[in-house]
Amino acid sequence: MSKEVAIAGVGMHPWGKWGRNFVEYGVKAARDALKDAGLEWKDVDFVVGGDTMRNGYPGYVAGSTFAEALGFKGTQIASVYGACATGAQAIDAARARILAGLAEVVLVVGADAAPKGFFAPQKGDRPEDRDWQRFRLVGMTNPNYFGLYARRRMALYGATSEDFAAVKVKNARHGLHNPYARYRKEVTAEEIAASPLVADPLRLLDICATSDGGAAVILTSIEFAEKRGLKVPRIAAINAATPTYPNPILDMPYIATDSWAVVQPDARGFKPSIAYGAYEEAGIGPEDLDLAEVYDLSTALELDWYEQIGLCGEGEAEAFLRSGATTFGGKIPVNPSGGLACFGEAVPAQAIAQVCELAWQIRGVAEGRQVEGAKVGLSINQGLFGHGSAIIVKG
Amino acid sequence: MFYFTAVSKKVIPAIEGFFTMDPEAPRLLGTQCKACQTYFFPPERGYCRNPECDSEELETVELSHEGTLWSYSHNGYKPPPPYVSPTEEFEPFAVAAVELEREKMVVMGMVPKPYTHEDLKVGQRMQLVLDPLYETDEERVMVWKWRPVEGGGSK
Repeated sequence: MSKEVAIAGVGMHPWGKWGRNFVEYGVKAARDALKDAGLEWKDVDFVVGGDTMRNGYPGYVAGSTFAEALGFKGTQIASVYGACATGAQAIDAARARILAGLAEVVLVVGADAAPKGFFAPQKGDRPEDRDWQRFRLVGMTNPNYFGLYARRRMALYGATSEDFAAVKVKNARHGLHNPYARYRKEVTAEEIAASPLVADPLRLLDICATSDGGAAVILTSIEFAEKRGLKVPRIAAINAATPTYPNPILDMPYIATDSWAVVQPDARGFKPSIAYGAYEEAGIGPEDLDLAEVYDLSTALELDWYEQIGLCGEGEAEAFLRSGATTFGGKIPVNPSGGLACFGEAVPAQAIAQVCELAWQIRGVAEGRQVEGAKVGLSINQGLFGHGSAIIVKG
Repeated sequence: MFYFTAVSKKVIPAIEGFFTMDPEAPRLLGTQCKACQTYFFPPERGYCRNPECDSEELETVELSHEGTLWSYSHNGYKPPPPYVSPTEEFEPFAVAAVELEREKMVVMGMVPKPYTHEDLKVGQRMQLVLDPLYETDEERVMVWKWRPVEGGGSK
């Protein structure tokens, strides 16, 4: 039995700082996705909502919040939260129900209205909470973790601030014509170098902003898509997994790693394992990819991903970037959408937005940013509290 | 150290059970599984997290007070609460991730003044110190921090 599901339609609300209710962004994306699929709300028999933690209770029950806004009709629902990986876990829940024969047409939708500045933990005095510990005891913001990885790259591989800036310059160019991107403007290396140092060695323009936005996909069984004559991309693999114990790399929001004094860490490492789990399921390798959407929370993290998803060897990412391999016309364009550099992060919508981009690219309709001959794409992100996800989409 | 002079303030740890309050030779407090011997910091109290180990017996142990700088960063802007700035006007500070050789783990900590991120280099030796996190009218709240070992690095 095929483990694939069809991406019948995709839709997004443009990213930005619109200052409106997150529900509005999600509903717009959902309606666009339905229209894109040639389906109607009444055809949907399961809704998975990606939760937002920053918009009160409606955000915690996103499945029913979006269902209410689209019009209650007794639909089965689920609400999913997995930080940055929320969208991928939501898509995975949808896929499971379709493959189990419990649903035929599923709407997956996530949206956020994000506050300005650093993402802050939930209020309250909770010394047992890892998230409380890192802010109170060490003052660790999210960009501090990105800073640690960036400094590590510099020490191990001789990466420079100029290398990091080159990622931003590339992604800013990629996103220029993306109608859903928040920032559609070229950025120069000089502008990046002149922006304030936020989390050494990373400057303001190295770090992704927080945004409002919404994204949705309509997933169906392959049989349903074929019956309707839909020639659409398929989800070939989803890997939404935790690290294995012990994880020797300091992940957000921990203030210490596991100890590897007794048990040997997995040789592959956690972040590579996210991609390789998906490759294994799809029966392909990195050499089969035509494009990738990777989670560039910082410029330096995009370089880490090149190695972690197997595009180049360890320590080779800077040269790989400089060779032009990851831009249009190169071996494998990375973040043709413009990535988080051009979007800023709308947490529960972001992993869904990555899949929207893969679907557009594979359908050949990514105007102004089309990767020639795109047939296979991978999206990947890391969550919080130890998990991450990768999705492979095939034409 | 200045906190001995202001005797009127009560000196308390920022969190219970994570470190000792010895001002000269503070120690991080972790736990070690009595069955599989693995270490945990923050101290794990209930169950061993090694998936191959069923033990519920964890004992408190002092961790190494020196290690190697794995990486570092700094905060140019004030982090959100529950971070508490020790000064009215926020002053940037560095953070350090230090690898402990014996326990084979990396532990974060702030870097005390007057050291900044510009004083740090991956691979150098770091040592544990006790330093104020912030103060209230009645209390001086202490936390562990990582300071470069003088003359003990690759600097």
